[in-house]
Amino acid sequence: MTPDASPMLAGLAAALQAGVPIFPDQASSIARRVDLLYYFLTGVALFFSALIFSTVFYFAIKYRQRSPDERPLPIHGSLSLEILWSVVPLLLTMVMFFWGATLFYEIRTSPSDATTLYVVGKQWMWKIQHPEGQREINMLHVPVGHPVRLVMTSEDVIHSFFIPAFRIKMDVLPGRYTDLWFTATKPGTYHLFCAEYCGTKHSAMRGSVVVLEPADYQAWLTGAPAGETPEVAGARLFRQFNCHTCHEAGPTSRGPSLHEVYGKTVRLRTGETVAVDDAYLRESILLSNAKVVAGFEPVMPTYQGQISEEGVLHLLAYIKSLTREEGKGAQP
Amino acid sequence: MSTAPAAGKHELPRVHYLNIDYGIRSWLFTTDHKRIALLYLASISFFFVLGGLFATIIRLELLTPAGDLMESETYNKLFTMHGIAMIFFFLIPSVPAVLGNFLVPMMIGARDLAFPRINLLSWYIYTLGGLFTLFAMASGGVDTGWTFYTPYSSTYSNTHVMATALGVFILGFSSILTGFNFIITIHKMRAPGLTWFRLPLFIWAHYATSVIMILGTPVVAIAIALVGIERLFHVGIFDPALGGDPVLFQHLFWFYSHPAVYIMILPSMGVISEIVCCFSRKKIFGYPFVAFSSVAIALLGFLVWGHHMFVSSQSMYAGMVFSILSFLVAIPSAVKVFNWTATMYKGSVMYNAPMLYAMGFIGLFTMGGLTGLFLSTLATDVHLHDTYFVVAHFHYIMVGGAIMGYLGGIHFWWPKISGRLYPEGWARFSALVIFIGFNLTFFPQFVLGYLGMPRRYHAYPPEFQVLNVMSTAGASILAVGYAIPLVYLIWSLRYGLAAGPNPWGAKGLEWQTTSPPPTFNFPETPVVDEEAYEYYPMKEAEVV
Amino acid sequence: MSEHSIALAHQFDDLEQQKEAAILGMWVFLVTEVMFFGGMFTGYTIYRFKYHEAFMAGSDHLDLLLGATNTVVLALSSLTMAMAVRSAQLGKRRALMSYLSLTLLLGSAFLVIKGVEYSHKFHQHLVPGPHFAFEGHDPQHAQLFFSFYFAMTGFHALHMIVGIGLLAVILWMSYKGRFNAEYHNPVEVSGLYWHFVDIVWIFLFPLLYLVGHHR
Repeated sequence: MTPDASPMLAGLAAALQAGVPIFPDQASSIARRVDLLYYFLTGVALFFSALIFSTVFYFAIKYRQRSPDERPLPIHGSLSLEILWSVVPLLLTMVMFFWGATLFYEIRTSPSDATTLYVVGKQWMWKIQHPEGQREINMLHVPVGHPVRLVMTSEDVIHSFFIPAFRIKMDVLPGRYTDLWFTATKPGTYHLFCAEYCGTKHSAMRGSVVVLEPADYQAWLTGAPAGETPEVAGARLFRQFNCHTCHEAGPTSRGPSLHEVYGKTVRLRTGETVAVDDAYLRESILLSNAKVVAGFEPVMPTYQGQISEEGVLHLLAYIKSLTREEGKGAQP
Repeated sequence: MSTAPAAGKHELPRVHYLNIDYGIRSWLFTTDHKRIALLYLASISFFFVLGGLFATIIRLELLTPAGDLMESETYNKLFTMHGIAMIFFFLIPSVPAVLGNFLVPMMIGARDLAFPRINLLSWYIYTLGGLFTLFAMASGGVDTGWTFYTPYSSTYSNTHVMATALGVFILGFSSILTGFNFIITIHKMRAPGLTWFRLPLFIWAHYATSVIMILGTPVVAIAIALVGIERLFHVGIFDPALGGDPVLFQHLFWFYSHPAVYIMILPSMGVISEIVCCFSRKKIFGYPFVAFSSVAIALLGFLVWGHHMFVSSQSMYAGMVFSILSFLVAIPSAVKVFNWTATMYKGSVMYNAPMLYAMGFIGLFTMGGLTGLFLSTLATDVHLHDTYFVVAHFHYIMVGGAIMGYLGGIHFWWPKISGRLYPEGWARFSALVIFIGFNLTFFPQFVLGYLGMPRRYHAYPPEFQVLNVMSTAGASILAVGYAIPLVYLIWSLRYGLAAGPNPWGAKGLEWQTTSPPPTFNFPETPVVDEEAYEYYPMKEAEVV
Repeated sequence: MSEHSIALAHQFDDLEQQKEAAILGMWVFLVTEVMFFGGMFTGYTIYRFKYHEAFMAGSDHLDLLLGATNTVVLALSSLTMAMAVRSAQLGKRRALMSYLSLTLLLGSAFLVIKGVEYSHKFHQHLVPGPHFAFEGHDPQHAQLFFSFYFAMTGFHALHMIVGIGLLAVILWMSYKGRFNAEYHNPVEVSGLYWHFVDIVWIFLFPLLYLVGHHR
């Protein structure tokens, strides 16, 4: 069976002539490095595919049966060959592994100076909120050259936030926060896709990422109608739902103080310790008596169904602000 | 050059397993493993055509960027049902339930499998599962994807999830019983002199596959059962609002479904070993390495399921563990490819249709396996996960690999099964058409994947259209390629030349009895006194 | 050709091969059962680790006395089953039938006690679903505990029912004189199955019933 490459090449040429893309834009700091690894993998794949195809083809022709009485050589095997073609692929794959794993570590570890935006996915749209208060639906404006971190959750089923031009993707789950980060490097407009099947309009759950030069981004920020910042919204919710009646600092307060609590470790009634992170705070708001701090009774009501996912994110932003500015926090 | 099988003046044996008894009862109540294999052949062919029909409609929709041929809901149901029909009702049974059932007893010199009635039961269970699933399809379909991810499947989808889940749950038992039967048979019923290392590699492949079937299938059964319980009672196993974890489903599901892909490929690999040896007239290169690689794949295959979940919120470090293990499981497959190629070296290669399928398998499986490395590599998988790259990867393995192996095996053993020869010219032609159509369908999808086109998309951005059109064009060619063998194989049942016991001059106990074989396979239990694939020196009387 | 007794199936060469195949067959089947229950045990373990206060509270509501009684009942039934197999090996038909009947009785007693437990839970509103009501401070995760409780003991009970049916058939076959010292594979193989179902309960009982404080 001969590998027939000409139909593929002809199609490729036609696509190129028509100006059809066969490779995505490189628009993030990580994209070029992912592409380098991809070229390496492609090279290895092409090499071994060509090797096998051509060897099979060559043997099929060179050793074709010329007479039914032929007696092929009784070759049983060769230990050295077996070792060779086990060890060489093993070494190659280990290179792939290490390269991939180290780059993956960087893809998953956001820099500490990244600006945090909040993303809530729901069937079938993306809701995005900037720290300055701007909200977007299915659009994401970001500046060139500055790291951005997205904290994401879903209101319903599992979605996935995918920007091909940045080479990044992360599933967006209900009941949990996931995050991803990027630094955009090239102004332009790029696709945003939902990449985890989520029901009827999964393929419509798309958007655009608009990367702007810093000056243009500032202009957009000031021009875009800004609602409350997340922290201000969170402070408002904190009073609206009477959180302050139990969570003010004081010896008789029924709930632990939330000042300077974010990022610390607390001990629970069961004796375990837990880190006060986004996930723990969210769980405490929505499933309030799952993990109660030691020294307090399990009397907190649950706010499940009363506060939206975005509301929870706002409250988290507010609680975090209680750490940055001692005792002050944002004012509603 | 080709050697037409010695087309002498053969006649069909007077009495054989097909004509020993007539009537529908003799088929529906048979315990003959060969008849059960044919029952399976009929059933899985039906599901193959159904799944193929769904694929055709999908590719038609994808000719244009807009979702204009049907509603989104319909499209979502079509790709779900395409996956379910093809994976559970065609690919998983295909080689084991048809060729395995027919050949495992014969290759080891036995009269039947260890438990013939359980064999028949497995077909009935398959049929029951199939009926439930068909009912779900006919009464409106299911739209969760064949992967049933929660909480969409457990809480949100309002399609026939329960009926489909039940169908798949029931089908699992068919798989378990088949694997169970093979293990006992291979352990306990080998002919005198047939030690483990004299076994045909087809048997090793089916043994390894059976181990996967019995260890993995129960876990997906429980995963699906829990989805059913969740849907019925809303208890919150997978619903975060009730304290559950949707990712737990993914772990339970992929714990089976990754090994499942080895269930789909290992038997075909066994077929390739048989064909390559016969049509190179040579012993397999590196027998112990090929044999043990099947076992290694089966065992390692259970350790890599998390590579489907690198971006699922699974921890980075768990991802690294799964990534390195996934690279390890690729090595035994590579070893097989090298050994098959080396078998052809200084052989006496014949270009019969089974060999064309086998050579196609070697090339396409290599491409499919190599593209798997892009997905084991963590950093590239972040970009490629849930895109068309993944779709192309698994179709290269499942269609370019598993199905070509299956078709090669059907052609290779067709004379034994039916007593007839198929028309060689048409067979080679359709093998070529399939090869070309296949590559044209799926190669563009690698490009689409890296560009970022996600899977399961009903409509897509316009710049992806040219590649999608190429893919659909290929699919139409592929469809023709599959249709042709259906026609000439059926034609051959009536008009094909009688094949005789061993038209290919192949080694293996199954070729030492008539074509078609008698009900109890061998007049006397054979005794084995040589290694597998002793193609030389060939005795005079062997090519008959 | 080897001798054929009435009990030898056509695909086997001799009774020895047939017996070995049957025993190996049952062991392989039991491996699949381990994987099946294993999935549920895994899920249970994960959630118990995450929410163990709620799981302890849930376990407190299980009837320790009934559970312990059932454990004793099943263990006894495994003893009588082993005696049944021994009787079959010795060709003692009457003893075989007696021990099988005892095993059936004990197995049925297990199911009756289980039924009583389930009905208690129903009346206490501890069955997961729309009527679930738990007085404790983490009802959602307690419901998760009860979901696993019912799923795991439910599937176990299903296996018990199958086992009882199996033993009834074996009892009938032994009544009809189909077994002797030379051929009694179905008895041995049923014995293996019965012991397995017992062992599953030995794991279920402490995991479900003994985690709580039971003050």
